[in-house]
Amino acid sequence: MTIAAEPPRQGFRPSQLLQDSRYRGLTIQVIALALLLALIAFLVRNLVVNLAALGKDFDFGFLGNRAGYDINQALIPYTNNDSHARAALVGILNTLLVAALGCVTATVVGVLAGVLRLSKNWLVGRLMTVYVEAFRNVPLLLWIVLVYAVLSESTPAPAAFRGEDAQASRLFGLIAFTNRGTYIPWPVWGEGAGVLGIVLLLSIAAAIGWRIYARRRQEATGRPLPVLWVTLAILVLPFLVVFVLLGAPVTLDVPTVRETGIARFDGGVNVLNSLVALWIALALYTGAFIAEIVRAGILSVSKGQTEAAFALGLRPGRTMRLVILPQALRVIVPPLISQYLNLTKNTSLAVAVGYADVRATLGGVTMNQTGRELESILLLGLFYLIVSLIISGVLNVYNQRIALKER
Amino acid sequence: MKRSVVLGTLALAGLAGAAQAATLDDVKARDALNCGVNPGLTGFAAPNAEGVWEGFDVDVCRAVAAAVLGDATKVNYVPLSGETRFTALAAGEVDLLARNSTWTFSRDTDLNLDFAGVNYYDGQGFLVPSALGVTSATELDGATVCIQTGTTTELNLADFFRVNNISYTPVPIANDAEGRQQYLAGACDTYTTDASGLASVRTTFENPEEHVILPEIISKEPLGPAVRHGDNDWADIARWTLNALIVAEELGVTSANVAEMAAAPTENPEINRLLGTEGEMGAMIGLDNQWAVRAIEATGNYGEIFERHLGESTPIGLARGLNAQWTNGGLLYAPPFR
Repeated sequence: MTIAAEPPRQGFRPSQLLQDSRYRGLTIQVIALALLLALIAFLVRNLVVNLAALGKDFDFGFLGNRAGYDINQALIPYTNNDSHARAALVGILNTLLVAALGCVTATVVGVLAGVLRLSKNWLVGRLMTVYVEAFRNVPLLLWIVLVYAVLSESTPAPAAFRGEDAQASRLFGLIAFTNRGTYIPWPVWGEGAGVLGIVLLLSIAAAIGWRIYARRRQEATGRPLPVLWVTLAILVLPFLVVFVLLGAPVTLDVPTVRETGIARFDGGVNVLNSLVALWIALALYTGAFIAEIVRAGILSVSKGQTEAAFALGLRPGRTMRLVILPQALRVIVPPLISQYLNLTKNTSLAVAVGYADVRATLGGVTMNQTGRELESILLLGLFYLIVSLIISGVLNVYNQRIALKER
Repeated sequence: MKRSVVLGTLALAGLAGAAQAATLDDVKARDALNCGVNPGLTGFAAPNAEGVWEGFDVDVCRAVAAAVLGDATKVNYVPLSGETRFTALAAGEVDLLARNSTWTFSRDTDLNLDFAGVNYYDGQGFLVPSALGVTSATELDGATVCIQTGTTTELNLADFFRVNNISYTPVPIANDAEGRQQYLAGACDTYTTDASGLASVRTTFENPEEHVILPEIISKEPLGPAVRHGDNDWADIARWTLNALIVAEELGVTSANVAEMAAAPTENPEINRLLGTEGEMGAMIGLDNQWAVRAIEATGNYGEIFERHLGESTPIGLARGLNAQWTNGGLLYAPPFR
């Protein structure tokens, strides 16, 4: 029996960098990093050379200059005397508005369609299949243009609302659908409206408190308390009482058509057709993808769960809401995040219908009028990157909260 | 492979790594002129029934191609929207931009373009349906206005309504075809762009007589072909090709008689210098002596081009107006060929 001799200890030789598996990985990584840095350096140098050849500098000062153009939907006060930076901000808010509206609506549509697609009702199930396949397999741009065309071709011009015997009339005397957009009434805050707001906030707090109390009570005693009706009452009754006592501090500004000059609606708020078209198309398109994610999530929950819930006497609706969906959420949420990101980035298709999103203001008119392509595109990219990171950050926190707690 | 990847990356950054100097050499090596044109504006640039591009701006491209390459058909037409046109020129996608582009201070300086001259003196007008009952642009208070984005007209519009203290709602559109569709669908009360463009769009309506162009012209819009700043030799070629077409009309040289006049020296030395039968004008701009002859043969002189595409014999029916020769009370005034 011999004892294996210790291998002779030698100093480090350069050939070990390639031949010794302890160092080879490191060598390859160093080389790859050097190549990557060289590529980046080449690109940056190329950019600098080309910018110099074009006689252009790199400067964000143009953002402070007067924009000079008008934007048809501004959530913050904006005139053509404002700066390019403010025009970009108007565009950013418009992007965020349609992204938020789209995400909420797509989620509702997607969850409903996903659940209904699994319905035992043949007709309902097939209808949802048709919806999902139609929207998933036709490009989003076509849907946006189609919805926009339907909205603007099938609705009357404002002039049709004029006169005693107008051809068109407002829905409930309040809402006017026109080929320019939908004019909706808007509340005007009068004297005492602040009190009303405080009452509303208190009501919401009370309603949340009631729900917490009801749940604790049910957990403790097993007896459920009425939640829905009491919540509604808490929300509505004090509001109504204060509203009447204060003598209607909030009035509605109802859109009315101007009878002289060029026909247009005054008062209320104009929800542009381009916004509605973008909203509906984004929601239905992304909703179709979410429906498939929801369906996959539900199918991932073992059938035994449903049977166990039925055995306990839960009705199908409650089984879905209380047993299946909470477990399915663990499968649903991660892919859902990327759908939200897709939807947010797809809002840049707004250009097709002339919606003034950030790509149309900063990345469109501003870029074109100032000739600052590189700066504008960098800012645009940075904006979408930040928004996407925020969305995925928030949803990842939510995902961790609903994830299976393994102890 | 690697090179194309790198170029693609740069193009994404909005800057293709195209060679800057010596556009002339690039065009000759490619044996084709890349010309940026309007995607569709009858009379200025639009494909005809056979798919061949024709129009007032297209003839500028054809004249330059004839002068440089000897063949007016060696042009790749690149349809560009109002928003993308200058980026496409700066990135080297096109060598020449003949797309109803207004010559302004900031475009000439800050956007690094060079305008080769003016081939159409225009101004911004408003097109309205007669049924709207408006006879002046100052009555447009509260109007919804279709407006092409990325244009000078967009800025003029904002200024005009601000100065007159009246309100409007803009409906941004990308090109004339979309503007036509939106306007006819009633999505806007009025469509505004250069008056020549309005006249052109109106000819494509089913009932052109039901629409009027309001009398106010709210801006100066000198439209001209543009090239990249920095390649002065190429800019000279574009500038003097345009001037050759203009001066040919002034001197009575037409596509019909140019071959005859170029065959032997005439009595008029300026015609001789233009047509290369005297002096070495061609060599001074890096071309041969027959360059102007070929350009005029291919498209005719400025007057012929105007009459063929926009003149009173066409459906567009524009009068020469400001675009007449200076000898006829217009603004066309080509510097002397000397």
